[in-house]
Amino acid sequence: MGSNWDWQVFLQDPGGKFPTYWQWMLSAWGWTVSVALLALIVALVLGSLIGIIRTLPDSPWLVRFGNAWVELFRNIPLLVQIFLWYHVIPALVPVMKGVPSFVLVVLALGFFTSARIAEQVRSGIQALPKGQRYAGMAVGFTTPQYYRYVILPMAYRIIIPPLTSETMNIFKNSSVAFAVSVTELTMFAMQAQEETSRGIEVYLAVTGLYVISAFAINRIMAFIEKKTRVPGFIVSASGGGGH
Amino acid sequence: MMNLDLSFYNWDVISNFVVKGFYFSIMLTIVATIGGVLFGTVLALMRLSGKKWLDAPAAIYVNGMRSIPLVMVILWFFLLVPASFYAAFGSVGSNYRSEISAVITFIAFEAAYFSEIMRAGIQSIPRGQVYAGQAVGMTYGQNMRLVVLPQAFRNMLPVLLTQTIILFQDTSLVYAIGAYDMLKGFETAGKNFGRPIEAYLLAAVVYFIMCYALSWLVKRLHKKIAIIR
Repeated sequence: MGSNWDWQVFLQDPGGKFPTYWQWMLSAWGWTVSVALLALIVALVLGSLIGIIRTLPDSPWLVRFGNAWVELFRNIPLLVQIFLWYHVIPALVPVMKGVPSFVLVVLALGFFTSARIAEQVRSGIQALPKGQRYAGMAVGFTTPQYYRYVILPMAYRIIIPPLTSETMNIFKNSSVAFAVSVTELTMFAMQAQEETSRGIEVYLAVTGLYVISAFAINRIMAFIEKKTRVPGFIVSASGGGGH
Repeated sequence: MMNLDLSFYNWDVISNFVVKGFYFSIMLTIVATIGGVLFGTVLALMRLSGKKWLDAPAAIYVNGMRSIPLVMVILWFFLLVPASFYAAFGSVGSNYRSEISAVITFIAFEAAYFSEIMRAGIQSIPRGQVYAGQAVGMTYGQNMRLVVLPQAFRNMLPVLLTQTIILFQDTSLVYAIGAYDMLKGFETAGKNFGRPIEAYLLAAVVYFIMCYALSWLVKRLHKKIAIIR
């Protein structure tokens, strides 16, 4: 197979917005990175909120709401959730009608991932000894204060390893955006394969970009973990599953 | 607020469009779980063999699969599996190309994830168990088959089942190659009756109930196993 590879396919003109396939591919990579990073922000904000309210003392209704949130977004496949955001929500909620599919995919991926991050934040908080919480109370902190100054700084350090794999998951999961015509890498791969019949070259390049992205995130998160390490505090947490 | 047409939800629609896809989703989940656990166990044993020529290729395979999106893996296999392979299945092969390709893809892809679970399971067995097996004169194969793997498998059962639930959700991604799974069934029904919104809503409800019930069962099993140990 190697003998009839034709990498010049990337110099051909796809006959649209882009003069060549490789320029189209780089733009698609940009969309993949944008979807993933924006969804990560949504997921971190929502996931932290939900994770925290699931650990609040004496608030059974907030805990129940948090649990329901996690179960809802964890038990429906991502592709189905994307279809719900794309087809169902604009029909039922008029305000969402003009929203571009890029935004809908970011929200879908962000909400989907928020359930997993909420679970990690909760387990990170609960992994801390109870004494930390009591110490915060003992020095007269209010609940928001001891979360802000005592619990969360340690909890986030504990969950950096599972957050790393979740961030890599977000990049991989952004590929599902192909289903609602966001021109990210996977959509590019499918279209370029069809147009050029050079599937192997196209898929190899796209797969390479995914692997580079995953590796870059891994290094960035390792750097953050090293920079935020507290001397003498040994962090251990189980890795995240799924994909 | 748009009006939902509840008459869409009737048994004729379900039995004509969804059931066929439902069977395929379940079949794909079961076959990929069994195949993935078997292949994954082999990969785990290769990685734990202590021999570089076995460890290295298994590590490359597992880490490679885990760094690529499943959708891309699905596309890769659909592109690469040769037509002669499908021809071996006769008329089934020509009519169900996407479905056959999906089964192979999911076994190959999930094996990477199952192998990591099995590796952790095997490593969770105390060394004393292995020594005990060696002491009574067992070969490597006997030791693995009769002493280590049954315990590893049992320790990891809740994790393996949780992965199976994730696998079941992931089967919806065969959408990329047009295989007829449960989601496709709902979508086709929605298109045929001009009721896509009702169809996607029902799909979400059905997936939710199935996955929620399964994860509830896994949680119960986890508690049961934890007490015995």
